[in-house]
Amino acid sequence: MGRSWKFGDDIDTDAIIPGRFLTIYDPKELASHAFEGTRDEFSKEAKSGDVIIAGRNFGCGSSREHAPLALKGAGIGFVIAKSFARIFYRNAINTGVLPIVCEHTDKIPDGSEVSVNLPEAFIEADGKRYPLQPIPEFMMKIVEAGGLVEYAKMRGNT
Amino acid sequence: MGQTIAEKIFSAHCKKECRAGDVVMAPVDGAMIHDITGPLAINVMKEMGGGKVFDPKKIIMLFDHQIPADSISAAENHVMMRKFAQEQGIHNYDIKEGVCHQVVPEKGRVKPGDIIVGSDSHTCAYGALGAFSTGIGSTDMAYVMKFGELYFRIPDTIRIDANGKFQNRVGPKDLILTMAGDIGADGATYRALEFCGRAFRDMDIPGRMTCANMAIEMGAKAGIVPPDKKTRDYLKGRCDYTPFDLESDGDAVFFEERSYDVAEISPKIAVPHNVDNVVDVSEVAGKHIDQVFIGSCTNGRYEDFVEAAEVLGDRKFSDDVRVIMVPASRDEYMKVLKAGLIEKFVDAGALFEAPCCGPCMGGAFGLLAPGEISLSTSNRNFRGRQGSTASFVYLSSPSTAAASAISGVITDPREV
Repeated sequence: MGRSWKFGDDIDTDAIIPGRFLTIYDPKELASHAFEGTRDEFSKEAKSGDVIIAGRNFGCGSSREHAPLALKGAGIGFVIAKSFARIFYRNAINTGVLPIVCEHTDKIPDGSEVSVNLPEAFIEADGKRYPLQPIPEFMMKIVEAGGLVEYAKMRGNT
Repeated sequence: MGQTIAEKIFSAHCKKECRAGDVVMAPVDGAMIHDITGPLAINVMKEMGGGKVFDPKKIIMLFDHQIPADSISAAENHVMMRKFAQEQGIHNYDIKEGVCHQVVPEKGRVKPGDIIVGSDSHTCAYGALGAFSTGIGSTDMAYVMKFGELYFRIPDTIRIDANGKFQNRVGPKDLILTMAGDIGADGATYRALEFCGRAFRDMDIPGRMTCANMAIEMGAKAGIVPPDKKTRDYLKGRCDYTPFDLESDGDAVFFEERSYDVAEISPKIAVPHNVDNVVDVSEVAGKHIDQVFIGSCTNGRYEDFVEAAEVLGDRKFSDDVRVIMVPASRDEYMKVLKAGLIEKFVDAGALFEAPCCGPCMGGAFGLLAPGEISLSTSNRNFRGRQGSTASFVYLSSPSTAAASAISGVITDPREV
């Protein structure tokens, strides 16, 4: 159980983590600059179990993996949006922040109490349930392995 | 049923017939890392078990975003990458050559039909030479460096058919901004763009690079120009390349087809804070600007500086505007230097810097204070991109940037 952090359309990676912090690689330290200048309360108040709720094209822009890492460092396990930018989507899966498509994000207000039920593919917000799109099969293999690093370890040096 | 260029490139690499929508593991011909995303990729590769990279000759390493080192942490990242290059036998261009998306083609590290990945979103730029090239994150890059291959979902293709001749002082940047405005910031997500038609056949390689570079600004995975004689001429002396035909079949299936008459395009500008907020320059003409940046992987080539110099003529830049010029590579720098343009620009009041990403990413130098306005020939105008989140970035062609730098306000380049 956590709170929802509501964002609009086209949230870019410069907003998630500005360019001047890209020499940092530690998720916790990155998290302390997440949404700096655009939503300053996020880095102070976000905690484990919170969920980002967004509109279209979340994570557009740069390929910086610092963006999902900053969210991970802030305790965000899921980003639920109407759609995602391609590179962010892969980066999020690879770093263990699950991006899930949901058409109903408009109906979920900021600050609502949310929980994600992955096996049954729904999000509950303030007592109401909204269906989530299933994660594509080929991506699920990586998720099930625990991310691309673990997937690569399974593959070894073959 | 015929195939698109993207389907043909993947079919050749996977040695089977590939179609849009297929998910394939494909070998890559090159993988580029730079100083921002490279350290993370190297660390993740170590987490994956380390060992040797799949082929040191196929890894392209250079530093361009924070050079010369602008902080101690940037310097430490450079040291760490140099050490990795040495251990692995990777040629490292270090801080000496310039911006990745100019250096990779310039050094002959890409050719038509290649699959190239880079841990930078504008890696789609190499589509200008008929390659399928795309940006990936650092973890994907770690996987590529170790195994030499990666999962791809083969994209659908949007075919752009551009014909006609540009008006004077209107060019490739105005065309790609027009497309970004029409298609939107996510209109081509998970798709490839094919840039076809007379306007692209007439366009030189630098112009094609400007267009392919910005495919990502519509969400596209790649932006590909069919290779031709101009491509062959560019590659001559840069790499071994046996020309072959690479274009979509007549009966290939496209997700969408769009056509443009470039003669109808007027100078365009992307207004804050999204790249698809595109209007005619005339709509915002007269707006005060504090800084002009001419450079970046989008418009930092010799031809872009020639364009700016032609607009400048014998005039000076406005005293009210800071003009920062940064060529995209050492080769481009030398061409601008030998043509006598640096003297001309510096005399007119500009700062002419050594090749690097410069103010584009708001990391190294040339940052904006709250309330300041920049006009830039780069590719992104997101809130806070070039400094304060209370600053504003506009995007335009080098001609519009030069015209505006002369008058101190946003200016249609046809009117100076």
